[in-house]
Amino acid sequence: MTTEQHVQVALRLGDDAMILGQRLSEWCGHGPVLEEDIALSNIALDLLGQARGYYTRAGVLEGLGRDEDQLAFFRTDREFQNHLLVERPNGHFGDTMVRQFLFDAFSLERTQFLANQTVDEDLAAVAAKAVKEVRYHFSHSSQWMLRLGDGTEESHRKVQESLDDLWPYAGEFFVEDDIDKAAILAGLLPDLSVVAQAWHARVSNVLAQATLVKPTSSWSQRGGKQGIHSEHLGFLLAEMQVLPRTYPDASW
Amino acid sequence: MNSTEKRVNQVWDLIRQVMDPELPFLSVDDMGMIRGVRLEQDQIVVTLTPTYSGCPATDVIATDVRSALHAVEPTGRLELALSPPWTTDWISDRARHLMAQHGIAPPEGPSADRAFLTGQGKTIPCPRCKSTHTTMVSAFGSTACKAHFTCDACLEPFEHFKCI
Repeated sequence: MTTEQHVQVALRLGDDAMILGQRLSEWCGHGPVLEEDIALSNIALDLLGQARGYYTRAGVLEGLGRDEDQLAFFRTDREFQNHLLVERPNGHFGDTMVRQFLFDAFSLERTQFLANQTVDEDLAAVAAKAVKEVRYHFSHSSQWMLRLGDGTEESHRKVQESLDDLWPYAGEFFVEDDIDKAAILAGLLPDLSVVAQAWHARVSNVLAQATLVKPTSSWSQRGGKQGIHSEHLGFLLAEMQVLPRTYPDASW
Repeated sequence: MNSTEKRVNQVWDLIRQVMDPELPFLSVDDMGMIRGVRLEQDQIVVTLTPTYSGCPATDVIATDVRSALHAVEPTGRLELALSPPWTTDWISDRARHLMAQHGIAPPEGPSADRAFLTGQGKTIPCPRCKSTHTTMVSAFGSTACKAHFTCDACLEPFEHFKCI
C-alpha cells in the first residue's frame, strides 16, 4: 500500500462521517418530536467528531500541512469519497432512519475492526472512541426500524418503501476498488466480504423483527468512493462550505 | 518533596479546579478526563482525554486546562490523548454522588455491561424519589453523554449519564 492510498483510506472514513453528520444536522429544529430532534443532532455531533479525527490523521499522513478544516471545507465534490448512501437527501423521517440503519450496521463492523485490528494506531485510537458511539447509533436506528416497521399500516408501508428505495445504495459498501484491496492486504481495513456477511446477518435480524421484507436485488449504485457523486452532494457542500470559502480566515 | 514533585503538584492543584462547562458542579478531574501530569525535559505536560468525539465542550475544557497550566507553568504543554478511549469507569465516586444530588442518575456499573443499550439493561433508579419504576424516553439527551428518562412513580423527568 502506498502512502497516497493510506491517505485516501483515512479520507474516506472522514468523508462518510462528515457528509452523514452534515445531512443529519439538517434535521436540527425540524425533528418529528423534540426527543428525536435532539437524538439526531447528538448523532450528527458524534459523526462530526469522528470526521475530525479521521481528517486529522489523513492530513498528517499526507504531509502537506492540511488540517481537518481544510480537508472538510476546501475540497470539491470530486475529491470527496464518501459512499453514495450517506449523501442521499433526508426525505421523510423513515427515509432518514433507513439510511441511518443501513449505514450504522456497516459502520459498526468497520469501526470494530479499526478499533481492534487495524495496523494504523492513530486510526485505531479514533475508532476506539467512535465504536462506543456507533453502538448507540445502531441501537437507536434499529429500534426505529422496529417501531416503524411493526407499527401502523401506514408506517410499515412507508418504511418498506424507504428500504426498497435506499437498498441499491448499500451494496457500494462491499465493492472493493484498488485502494480497498491494497488496504485490506496491508491490514488497514477489514476484508469487505467478511464485513458484508456480518452486515447481512445484522440487517436481516432487525428487518425480520420489524416485519419488513429484505430486498433481494444485489445490483448496486457505485462511484462515491471514486468521487463520482449524485447531484445532491454539490448542494450539500455548497451549504456546508460557503462560510469558510467566503471568509477563509474567519474564526469564532 | 523534590522540586519536580512540587511543580507537578502545583499544576494538579490548579487544574483540579477546572470545572466541566456542561456539568459545572463537577471538575474535569472528577470526570476522569485528566490522565496525567508529568515533567518531560523540564516541560510540564498535562494529558487530557476527551469524553465523546463530538463533545462541543472539549475545546472549552482544553482552553481552561491550558490557562490553569500556564498560570504556574508558562511553558507547559497540553496533550490530547484519544487512546485509551475515555470511559465512564473513570468517573470518580465523588462525582457520581454529586451527579445524583443534582438530579442526574450516574452511570451504573462497569461500561462493559452494555445491556442498557438493548433496552433490557438494569433499571436506572430515579435520582429524586429512588423509585426503580423508570422508563427511558430517549438514549440521547441534552448533551452527548446523557440519556433522557422519566420516573413512572413521581412522574418527573430526569437525565442519566450513559455508560460508555
